[in-house]
Amino acid sequence: MGSQASTLLRNEELEEIEKETGLSHCQITRLYRRFNDFQGIPELAINPVGNWIINAFFPEGEDQVNFRGFLQTLAHFRTIKDNEKSKDVNGPEPLNSRSNELHFISHDELLKVLCMMVRVHISDEQLGSIADRTIQEADQRGDSVLDKVDVEQKMSIRFLH
Amino acid sequence: MEGAELAGKILSTWLTLVLGFILLPSVFGVSLGISEIYMKILVKTLEWATIRIEKGTPKESILKNSASVGIIQRDESPMEKGLSGLRGRDFELSDVFYFSKKGLEAIVEDEVTQRFSSEELVSWNLLTRTNVNFQYISLRLTMVWVLGVIVRYCVLLPLRVTLAFIGISLLVIGTTLVGQLPDSSLKNWLSELVHLTCCRICVRSLSGTIHYHNKQYRPQKGGICVANHTSPIDVLILTTDGCYAMVGQVHGGLMGIIQRAMVKACPHVWFERSEMKDRHLVTKRLKEHIADKKKLPILIFPEGTCINNTSVMMFKKGSFEIGGTIHPVAIKYNPQFGDAFWNSSKYNMVSYLLMMTSWAIVCDVWYMPPMTREEGEDAVQFANRVKSAIAIQGGLTELPWDGGLKRAKVKDTLKEEQQKNYSKMIVGNGSVS
Repeated sequence: MGSQASTLLRNEELEEIEKETGLSHCQITRLYRRFNDFQGIPELAINPVGNWIINAFFPEGEDQVNFRGFLQTLAHFRTIKDNEKSKDVNGPEPLNSRSNELHFISHDELLKVLCMMVRVHISDEQLGSIADRTIQEADQRGDSVLDKVDVEQKMSIRFLH
Repeated sequence: MEGAELAGKILSTWLTLVLGFILLPSVFGVSLGISEIYMKILVKTLEWATIRIEKGTPKESILKNSASVGIIQRDESPMEKGLSGLRGRDFELSDVFYFSKKGLEAIVEDEVTQRFSSEELVSWNLLTRTNVNFQYISLRLTMVWVLGVIVRYCVLLPLRVTLAFIGISLLVIGTTLVGQLPDSSLKNWLSELVHLTCCRICVRSLSGTIHYHNKQYRPQKGGICVANHTSPIDVLILTTDGCYAMVGQVHGGLMGIIQRAMVKACPHVWFERSEMKDRHLVTKRLKEHIADKKKLPILIFPEGTCINNTSVMMFKKGSFEIGGTIHPVAIKYNPQFGDAFWNSSKYNMVSYLLMMTSWAIVCDVWYMPPMTREEGEDAVQFANRVKSAIAIQGGLTELPWDGGLKRAKVKDTLKEEQQKNYSKMIVGNGSVS
């Protein structure tokens, strides 16, 4: 119920989270219910990169995530407009990186994600050549890795108010 | 001594009133109008409460509390459109973002898991169990709520429990007695009378108000009636207006007693647990039943489990392989007065019976024209066609997902299908440059 999230997090913490993430009290309440079983969602389970997304919520090397961490991760994907309003978060960024620092997408990482999306339906050599081509096309510095890509349109979640 | 006498007098007066005002009219299918008056008062009270709540809460939080609007704006476009560009074009980095975004959106809000919990109300209906986002407004509202609690628990609940007890006992006794008679039209007529009377009593024990639409399409003998499933009450609701042969598993305990008694008077189709697993056996028995045009129509719920009445989930094809005429029925509850949904994987029967303390159970039943399988249509397509018809009639969303996901995980094959479709897209034209 609605009160559970509020009792779990003390008022000060709740306010801090609201400032940090820019999510409203009501949204946090709803997300609390989602947090409790976000690994059992059917639409996520059939998503080819579903497991990868779930792993993104867990901090490095740990196998537990608390509600606050969950909210912080989700808040990264609010639209730039919303994030500017809250002024605390540095805008959305690709799922490839979980921090605000520049992150390079290497050939191997790309291959790994491609594998997830197609599994056995495309051979390894074909996958390899797709990955090569993609990096070649996008690589402007010539150092065989990709820079942080501007993904606002493609990656942000529009929270309604 | 005096106390005991007084208690005895009160009890007998009470029972006489119940008999006169509720039981006798149930036998004849007549309504005295008491429930209508109760419902009118209830509706006025809830309207008043809604206005007070709206006046009391600030404008912004009303919008935020709106349950019917989702928390995010989802991109519902299918895979081909979401991955912008033409079919058969090559992989692009942004494809990853499409899947990631879909995944994240699913985490925040998805179509399936919300169907296994009760529908959120737009405005509070003065029941604690539905008080999710609403706060203290005014003293008067709280007083009305307290009055409501007293009325529901001290006046309505004893009455309802009495009625339910009488209804079930009459059913067991009545059907056992009728079962003693030799097969004849008299027996059938009496069996129908007993079933109908006891169902009406049970419906009144829930303060049920049911509106039946299109009665001309009521399921006929030798047909199969299919309906969307929300709660065990669905059976009561349908059998109050007509007699059906029920299909189901044999239970133990009180349910078992009721089942064994009922089948004496009228041929219901009960299966042992082991028999349920044998699909051919089940289909065979049902086929035999509908082949006999004198037997009552079978009642089946193809979703196989209770859904929260905001949507219709996948119809299992078994019921549609039997043949015969399908009579679809749509059932829609009005959640404002009481929530009938039962998530049996989360709540047990006792907490479900708490439903007997809600205001009332109000629902609409639409009978629909009969449907039969067309040429070249297989059972799955037929099932989907019937499902669409029911969803449209009842104003429910239609989902292809299996209701069994309430308990089980989603099958890996669905994920593989997504992967396969995507692979086709990026190498569809047969070459990778």
